[in-house]
Amino acid sequence: MTDASLNEGLPHEAGFGDYVALLKPRVMSLVVFTAFVGLLVAPVNVHPFIGLVAILCIAVGAGASGALNMWWDADIDAVMRRTAKRPIPAGKVQPEEALALGLALSGFSVVLLWLATNWFAAALLAFTIFFYAVVYSMWLKRSTPQNIVIGGAAGAFPPMIGWAVATGGVSIESVLMFALIFMWTPPHFWALALFMKSDYDDAGVPMLTVTHGRKATRAHVLVYTAFLVPVAVGIAFTSIGGWVYGAVAVVANLWFLRGAWQIWRRDEAVSEADGYAVEKRVFKISLLYLFAHFGALLIEAVLRAGGLT
Amino acid sequence: MSFEKVEHEMHQRRAGRNFGVLGVLIGVVAIVFGLTVVKVLQLGDITQMERFDHVARPQIVPEEEQ
Repeated sequence: MTDASLNEGLPHEAGFGDYVALLKPRVMSLVVFTAFVGLLVAPVNVHPFIGLVAILCIAVGAGASGALNMWWDADIDAVMRRTAKRPIPAGKVQPEEALALGLALSGFSVVLLWLATNWFAAALLAFTIFFYAVVYSMWLKRSTPQNIVIGGAAGAFPPMIGWAVATGGVSIESVLMFALIFMWTPPHFWALALFMKSDYDDAGVPMLTVTHGRKATRAHVLVYTAFLVPVAVGIAFTSIGGWVYGAVAVVANLWFLRGAWQIWRRDEAVSEADGYAVEKRVFKISLLYLFAHFGALLIEAVLRAGGLT
Repeated sequence: MSFEKVEHEMHQRRAGRNFGVLGVLIGVVAIVFGLTVVKVLQLGDITQMERFDHVARPQIVPEEEQ
């Protein structure tokens, strides 16, 4: 028996990075940022080390739900160009490994968050994982074009969990931070779906672009953006808002609303002619939009801590 | 009989993964240790902890019993 024969018949052996990729690190960065802001703007001080562990637990919980999502969606991930290189469709990680990792990290993150902070924050994290893995991935994603709308709630929970870590409860501020991400998600993803059309078509995922057509999707982007504006601006009048946040919100919302209006006014011929330039630009604006709002909340918290407001 | 370590190709192949797991385990230990220290230091009255160390502590016995 030679060394070479030991490896015969073995599937590709996954590296550490392949397991990290299962946790969707890019999504995790947004989760970490919004949870951090939720934690910091809360009116109760948290010990820095406990805050660090709490953010880590929220990030690991989000990663665990990402691994469960990749386990469940491996078949459609293989069809879509954007997701075909993920560890499972690429053959680097076995589906059972992703399931085991997802379940183990879910339990670990929820229990540790409970021990480190309070049961309410841990329960919210457990619900978020359940919502993303079961309600969104297993149920809504393949059954309704409203998948993004309701499933977007999973991504909206992190600042609420951060707030709960500090306060042990819910308040109007944390509900509005939730609502900001919840209302932002549909126009953000539909702008993406407009210029990634072939992917969702091929996978048979009932995106709005497939079921109701692209013209209706453009109208939805505008309507949801219009509903997003009062939520985003309204935060300025709560205890976590202020002049800095208010100014950022007004500018960012006008910018995003203008982009949504432009998307609505365009037709397919014009969009195809310039390679969906406006749709791609609005998608990038939407990313900046969310970063700007939570960044402004962070600035307000720093100003309050320094006694400057 | 030789106890010389045999360096197999598999050891090199799995080195990255093994060191990754080592790092994660060290991280978990550090987190649990750090949390323990912080939680204990946050207790206002340290005698709360002394009750659990199974050693007689005269300072935590109520005065009337002394």
